[in-house]
Amino acid sequence: MSFWQFLQANWSELLLLVRQHIVLVFVSILVAVIIGVPTGIILTRYRAFRGPVLGIANVMQTIPSLALFGFLIPLPFIGGIGTRTALVALVLYSLLPIIRNTVTGILNVDPNVREAAVAMGMTGGQVLRQVELPLAMGVIVTGIRVATVIAVGVTTIAAAVGAGGLGVYIFRGLRQYDNNLLLAGALSAALLALAADFLLGVVERRFSFETKRSSAKGSGVRKLAVAVAAVLVIGGAILWLGRSTPSSETRVAVGSKDFTESALLAEIVAQMLEERGVSVERRFELGGNLPHEALVAGTLDIYPEYTGTSFTAILQHAPITDPRAVYDQVKQEYANKFKVEVSQPLGFENTFAILVRGEDARRLNLKTISNAAMEAPRWRAGFGQDFMSRADGYPGFSKTYGLKFAEVREMDLSLTYIALSSRQVDLIAGNSTEGRIPTLDLFQLADDRRYFPPYEAVYLVRQDSLTRVPALQDVLGKLANAISTDEMRRLNYEIDGKKRDPKEVVKEWLKEKGF
Amino acid sequence: MGHTEAQSLVQFHNVTYSLPNATIISNMNLTVERGETLVLLGESGCGKTTTLKLINRLLTPTSGEVRVEGKSTTTWDPIELRRRIGYVIQEGGLFPHFTIARNVGLVPSLLDWDDARTNERVREMLNLVGLDPDRFAERYPRELSGGQRQRVGVARALAADPPLLLLDEPFGALDPLTRASLQREFAELATRLGKTAVLVTHDVREAMILGQRIGLMHKGQLLLLESPERFRASDHPQARAYLETLNVNGGAH
Repeated sequence: MSFWQFLQANWSELLLLVRQHIVLVFVSILVAVIIGVPTGIILTRYRAFRGPVLGIANVMQTIPSLALFGFLIPLPFIGGIGTRTALVALVLYSLLPIIRNTVTGILNVDPNVREAAVAMGMTGGQVLRQVELPLAMGVIVTGIRVATVIAVGVTTIAAAVGAGGLGVYIFRGLRQYDNNLLLAGALSAALLALAADFLLGVVERRFSFETKRSSAKGSGVRKLAVAVAAVLVIGGAILWLGRSTPSSETRVAVGSKDFTESALLAEIVAQMLEERGVSVERRFELGGNLPHEALVAGTLDIYPEYTGTSFTAILQHAPITDPRAVYDQVKQEYANKFKVEVSQPLGFENTFAILVRGEDARRLNLKTISNAAMEAPRWRAGFGQDFMSRADGYPGFSKTYGLKFAEVREMDLSLTYIALSSRQVDLIAGNSTEGRIPTLDLFQLADDRRYFPPYEAVYLVRQDSLTRVPALQDVLGKLANAISTDEMRRLNYEIDGKKRDPKEVVKEWLKEKGF
Repeated sequence: MGHTEAQSLVQFHNVTYSLPNATIISNMNLTVERGETLVLLGESGCGKTTTLKLINRLLTPTSGEVRVEGKSTTTWDPIELRRRIGYVIQEGGLFPHFTIARNVGLVPSLLDWDDARTNERVREMLNLVGLDPDRFAERYPRELSGGQRQRVGVARALAADPPLLLLDEPFGALDPLTRASLQREFAELATRLGKTAVLVTHDVREAMILGQRIGLMHKGQLLLLESPERFRASDHPQARAYLETLNVNGGAH
């Protein structure tokens, strides 16, 4: 599919994401201005606070955005997943340039002019409103401009906490190795940044008294009022257009992790619920352990998970290999600890698959991971962040098989497949249900020492959600043992390989199954 | 004594002003009479600008008392006090984002004069300082020459008809020809309007032209306070040093 065809086919979705993006940036900048400008003014009056406050704002900006989102998730009121968390993070990022430029702009007002203003008998408020702020306005607008351009970029990360925006396309594009998605997301974000930069540049020049000539009519304050009013009207219109429908009692929030299979399983539940007249809020593609935390916090009702992940990463048990024992213990502990119900297994496992190139496997006659141990010292390995850090991940894995690689690279999981097939690395830890395994000619080495614990797919659902929405019981009952590993690989390939729309793929599959 | 109190607009009683690590003004006594132009003469850092700022309460004395119209500056409402005192600084201290008309009309608008009265006053003031209101009222300070800006600065200081004018090296940044003509015009204006003025300068020629009395300042002290004639005849070493520069300059003409 050419980029042009892609745009034609996905035009309305792209516009929706652009609008979400603009709303996030606009609201966060508005809030940051409302907080930042008065803060900056106060800092010009109280020198002692200047260092500490600017220091804190500075530190805020140096925290990587994904990490900041991570800190915010468990916090009450400002945390959780979705738009609110994204806004809090964006406001924190935007504060520094706005506060700093307000302080700089006011302090840089010619001391002679300020002294004249005081000596004429202006009150403190009059000096601020009539002299300092108008003269500092150009510099302040520059700060807002910088903050806005940064916010357009940071907002792409907001997709990781389910706030939407163009990051949805960028993350999805990375995961599915789909250049059209990547390009559509990144290009739109870049164009938004340029447009914001240009428009605020125009505003900035209007406020710069250096270039002011007699032709300029009206007072600075009136122009400021007009500009603010215009921005509010435009922003208000965008907000109004982008307003969401009010939530209802029987609404179910369905979440997913940030990979295709998880989103697909979530979409299956979502469509089956909608078929039964339940309204669904989709909170897909959440990073790391966000779905778990959101489920426990009550912002999600249900999301797909794997028993092995719950057992080791959430419950912090040492890995064991008996599927039944893992399932039973997870079910019991989730009920006790989190008031969360574990559904019947869906019928397939998504375990770690240790993959090499098919040609290497044939040439070196490799069948098992033990076979590969001899080759390891000459190989580079590529592992996702998740695999590197979890209890049943890299450390135990390399120890069990006595593996010593020439180099271990930590990278995005979805990129490892491409890295392997394009010879950037020689061995990766992928997912057994990955649709690209056959198409990229990758070979899965057998786990001959049975290191990896079982990863049966299940749904995790809050107990109170089950009582509130009876349709959930019905849906989960139907999905028990309904999906085989081969079927899952095929579904994944429909989306990752053939770049098809997940909603259509799910719709088709549900019809096939007669659900 | 009572007579003096009534006649004088400003009095310094044993005024000292010091910063944590330096004394700027030490034990100054000074009286400014109504209607006179008093010039404070001295080199940079002698405390003459500080003296001005003590009058309109941009600064308050560390000890002693500055009285304006018989009332200590510390008991005046500073805003009210400053609106009764015109202030002119080098380059005029004009607001770059205000038109000339708004700059001149500043204090009247702070005093809530109605628009018609303010506009009329602005035109009157611009005419008074020799600027055509029709040409200049809607321009911005950037578009004017240094001399024109200085005229606007004087017009702004006079706009609300204050009894007292303070001028801090008002003509210092101007070329010699413009400076000379502005000095002449100001002397004429001050006499005609009967304004009391305190002017600060380091230029002894300017002091001789404008001052009815000249106060010579050095290292935070008022060394002498004399009429121009008696200042010229003074045998005080500091005064002689200034007068000699005048002779050298005079010889060059």
